[in-house]
Formats: sequence, C-alpha cells, structure tokens
Amino acid sequence: MIRLAGVSRTFVVGDQPVHALVDVDEHIGAGEYVSLMGPSGSGKSTLLNIVGCLDRPSAGCYTLDGREVQHLPDAELTAVRRHTIGFVFQFFHLVPRLTAAGNVELPMVFAGVERAERAQRVAAALAAVGLTDRAHHRPEQLSGGQRQRVAIARAIIMRPRLVLADEPTGNLDSVSGQQVIDLLEELNHHGLTLIVVTHDPNIARRAQRVLVLADGRIVERVRGADLHPDLLTAR
Amino acid sequence: MTRLRGARGIGALDALRFSLRALLAHRLRSSLSLLGMSIGVAAVVILTALGEGARRYVVREFAGIGTNLLLVLPGKTETAGALPGIGGVPHDLTLDDAAAVARLRGVRRVAPLASGTETVAHLQRRRQVAVMGATAEMALVRRLEIAHGRFLPPGEARRGSPVVVIGQGVARELFPGEDPLGKAIRVGGERMKVIGVLAHRGVQLGVDMDEVAIVPVATGMRLFDRSGLFRLLIEANNRRDLPALQPRVVALLAARHGEEDVTVVTQQAVLSSFDRILRALTLAVGAIAAISLGVAGLLIMNVMLVSVSERTSEVGLLKALGAEGGQVQLVFLLEAALLSALGALAGLALGWAGVALLLHLFPKLPATAPPWAQAASVITALGSGLLFGVLPARRASRLEPVAALARR
Repeated sequence: MIRLAGVSRTFVVGDQPVHALVDVDEHIGAGEYVSLMGPSGSGKSTLLNIVGCLDRPSAGCYTLDGREVQHLPDAELTAVRRHTIGFVFQFFHLVPRLTAAGNVELPMVFAGVERAERAQRVAAALAAVGLTDRAHHRPEQLSGGQRQRVAIARAIIMRPRLVLADEPTGNLDSVSGQQVIDLLEELNHHGLTLIVVTHDPNIARRAQRVLVLADGRIVERVRGADLHPDLLTAR
Repeated sequence: MTRLRGARGIGALDALRFSLRALLAHRLRSSLSLLGMSIGVAAVVILTALGEGARRYVVREFAGIGTNLLLVLPGKTETAGALPGIGGVPHDLTLDDAAAVARLRGVRRVAPLASGTETVAHLQRRRQVAVMGATAEMALVRRLEIAHGRFLPPGEARRGSPVVVIGQGVARELFPGEDPLGKAIRVGGERMKVIGVLAHRGVQLGVDMDEVAIVPVATGMRLFDRSGLFRLLIEANNRRDLPALQPRVVALLAARHGEEDVTVVTQQAVLSSFDRILRALTLAVGAIAAISLGVAGLLIMNVMLVSVSERTSEVGLLKALGAEGGQVQLVFLLEAALLSALGALAGLALGWAGVALLLHLFPKLPATAPPWAQAASVITALGSGLLFGVLPARRASRLEPVAALARR
C-alpha cells in the first residue's frame, strides 16, 4: 500500500538546511500495524506527514496505492486525504465550538455527503467509540480520553483505509490511553492499515512492526514482540 | 442540495451554518464589527434622508407659489464677461413695463413687486417687518389667502393709497385681542388703514408671510424711495407657453429700454437649480457617510485576520480532513459576508428608526432616504465586507496543513 523509495525531506531554517528525513526506503502493506519510534526531532512526525499527504518529499518517490503522490496537484492530494486517510492527533484538534457529533460530521460536510446519511453515519461512528450519550457535548465538556475517541470517530467517518495516529496517547492518562489504543487496534483488526507514532515502547511493541528513527533515517526495524528491552529504558 | 461553484462538495447551507457558528463563537468581536457596519449604513440613510428632505422642502415651497411663473429682475446678471454696472446703469423696471408685459399674448397676469423693510407701529407697539409693494394680482400669483377684510383692491397700482394688508403675526403683535380692520397703523413714516389680514401661511421662500405688510405698489415705491420695481412676477396662461414667452418678454423690455438690461428666469429654472444643488449636496453627504462604510469594511478585515490567525490550526485540521483550499476560502469569506450583510440590515433598521425620529422632531422637513442611497449603502457595505474579507480568506486557504497543525 505504502512504498517509500529514497524519500528525503529538507527544511530550511534560517539559512541552514535541516535534513528531517534522509533517503528513507520502506514498504508498508495493506492492513499492517506499524509503530514509529525515535527521539524528538528524529523525523517521525515528518514521515507521518508525508505518508498522510500533508507534506511532500523534497526528493525520492512516495507511492500510495500505486500512485506517485509527490507530483499530484493539491486538489488531488486533498481528495486522497479525504477518502483514503484518517488522522488522529496528540492534541485532538477538535473544533471547540462544535459538538462531538458536529466534529465527527465535519469531514462529510466538506465532502458534500447528504444530511440524512451524515446523521446516520455520525450516530454509528459515535456508537463505535462508545460515546453515543456524549454526542451533543462540546469538547470542553469531555475528558481527554473522550475527546480522543471523538477524534477517532472523525478519522474513520470517511471510511479511510489508512489511519495515522501522531502520539495519540501523548496527552492521556494510562487508562484512557489504553482505551484509545484498543479502539485503534480494533480498526486494524477490521483491515485498516494503522501507523502510530509514539514515545511509549509499551505501546510501540503492540504493533506488528516497529520502525525506529534517528536523525531522519530508519535505524532499526523490529517485530513489535521483539522490541529490545534496552529500547524500553533507553528511549 | 445546492453546491457552490469553486468549492465542490460542501453544500451552501452547510457552509453558511459553519460560518455562522464561527461568528457566534466570538459574539463580542462579531457584534462590534457588525455595529461598525450598521452605524455606517445608518449614517448614509439618515444623512441622505436629511438632504432629500431639504430638497423636497424647497420643491414644495416653490410649488406653493405656482409653477408657471416667469420672474423679471432688473439688471443683466447673466451677461457673460461684463460686470453689472459696466455699460451703463440698467433702466428701472417700471409700472409701465409691467402694463406692457401684461398685454403680451400668453400672459395671464403680471404682479409688479417693490420690496423693503420698514417699521410698522400702532400706539406704543412697533415692529420691523418686510414690506411688499404689490397689486391685486399678487394675491393670485402667490396664492395668498385673506383671513379677514380684503386684499388690495384692483386698479390701485398707480394711486398709492394709504392702505395696508398685514400678516397674522403682525396683527397679533400690534393688535393683541383687537380687530385690526379699519384701524390706522404707521408704516415707515406714513399712516395707513388696515384693510385686511392674511391667512396663516408660514415661511415661504425664506419670507415669513405672517410677518409682512403689503401696501399698494406705488405706496411702496414712495415709502422705499425707489423709482424702480424689485421684480415682476409674470404668470403665463399655461406652463407650455413659458419657453416661448421668455424671449418675448426679454425682447419687449429690451425694445422699451433700448438695450437688453433685464434678467428673465423661469421659476422652474430657479427650482431646478436649487434641486440640482440639493441633490449634489445629498450625494456629497452620502459619499462622506459611505467612507464610514469603507472603515467598517476595514474593521471586518481586522476581525477576520484575527480570526484566521487564531484559527490557524483549525484551518490545518480542515485541510487534513480533506477540505479544499477553495472551501476554506469560502467559509471564511462567508463569515465576512455574513458580518457585512447582517450589519447592513441592522444599519437599515437603525437608519429608518433615525429617519422616523427626524420626522417626529421636525415634521415640516419631509426626510426620506432616497431608495438609491439605501441600495448604494447596502451594496457598499456588502462590497467592502467582501473585498476586505478576501485577503484574510485567501490567507487562510493558503496555509500549509502541516505548518497550521504544528501551532497549537
């Protein structure tokens, strides 16, 4: 599903070029569950943004479902994000003035889904994350875990095939974090490709594969179950 | 459901609802810029209503003295180049001139007028008033009505009899609680008999007709020590004759005086120049008020810029969720449009309320905001709101989703 060949991403900060990603080659199959680990500034988020079509590689080739996305025009990238990819963020990124239902509905509003169908799908998605009774609460009236579950419902509302989660448990206590991870893994069991960026080795090791980044390169590829105990303490 | 051009996907209603919610999330900020816009629109409505009211007031005043009038003024004021006085003192306009003009075809009647200011007195009470030297025709030409007694009798023009018709105000002042008819008053240095009192009329063409004394024209010329008339008022048989009559009056008087030394204007010409001046004034006042609409537009731009920078991460989010640049632009532009549209509506309501208040306070001034001014103010409000909304909306639509999301 995802094929990265020689992907680099260079930012210019001041006059200095910063190499956020250097020559990354990777293949992630449909239905896989992959964790990205690495210290801050190692390029995890940059990689996730490129995979999520929020950013383009400076060099190299990124193929998603057989299409080379780095050259697609903006409008088509938008369409790819809309229909293929769901995002979950560390800081939830819910629109504060909209209710839980309103937030979940948002991608469908911009995709022009009919109102009646929207209501149905919102109800189903909120039920799937166990928040039916919170549908009409605004984000400020929800706990962190509930907010992240709303965000997950929103991420899957357009029925994407790829869910990208950037430190989804980073702002949650362990119980809520566990619920969120359970939800994401359940999606994976239903066939969605899942990529999770995390600092937490206990979460990372649950994935089938763990990619460890350092200085913009993938320095280690391990099966989740084999994640070395050193990593648990070192990072 | 309607789809908007340039933003495929999102329904018009959904976009509107989204924008409205964003405005409602910042009630104070939104209502302040709405207030700015509505004050601008209300200012245009009220100021143009005042201008238009003044115009209608003047038009109505003129209509009160008849519409098929020619005025003859001594002196050639319209001569290009030469100043009055150069090339000889103009001849006096005389009663013989008036009689000659009256014989012209198409002339119904001629009212000669002498004019001055004199003190009128009865016993110890005295008053400075405008005195008109006139003939019986004046009552007909200027549509004057008599409350008691009679107007100047016909055929008095040259006789200079010591009789006077006074206005209501003069009558009240000099004869409080008394009937002035048949009593003698002093006008200037002469004793005259009051033969009539005018009906209440109020101010007409700047002269308070309640505060005048009207004497026979010859009496007036003697009082003011003038050999010439102030002007001739010529009433034509009908309005269509006016354009043809005007040059004939000029030619007749030129023949009698040996040179063209009078100015003949139609009352219509005077009216339409007033009309032009007042319209221009209304337009100018309206334009000045419209500047405040531009300022209100800037206010909206400011609000929208703040809104965009505050909601940078929201824009990034929308893009990550699959909103197109055009859609983002649309919802922000709609916010600006909603602000200016609601502001314009509130402004119209405020303006109408202001005009109603003006009418209540000054019932004589027919203040009405002309429809063009109302339409223009609403269009300017919407236009400036949209114009100034474009920049922030474009800025929002161009935000890179990654950069936008990175700001929390």
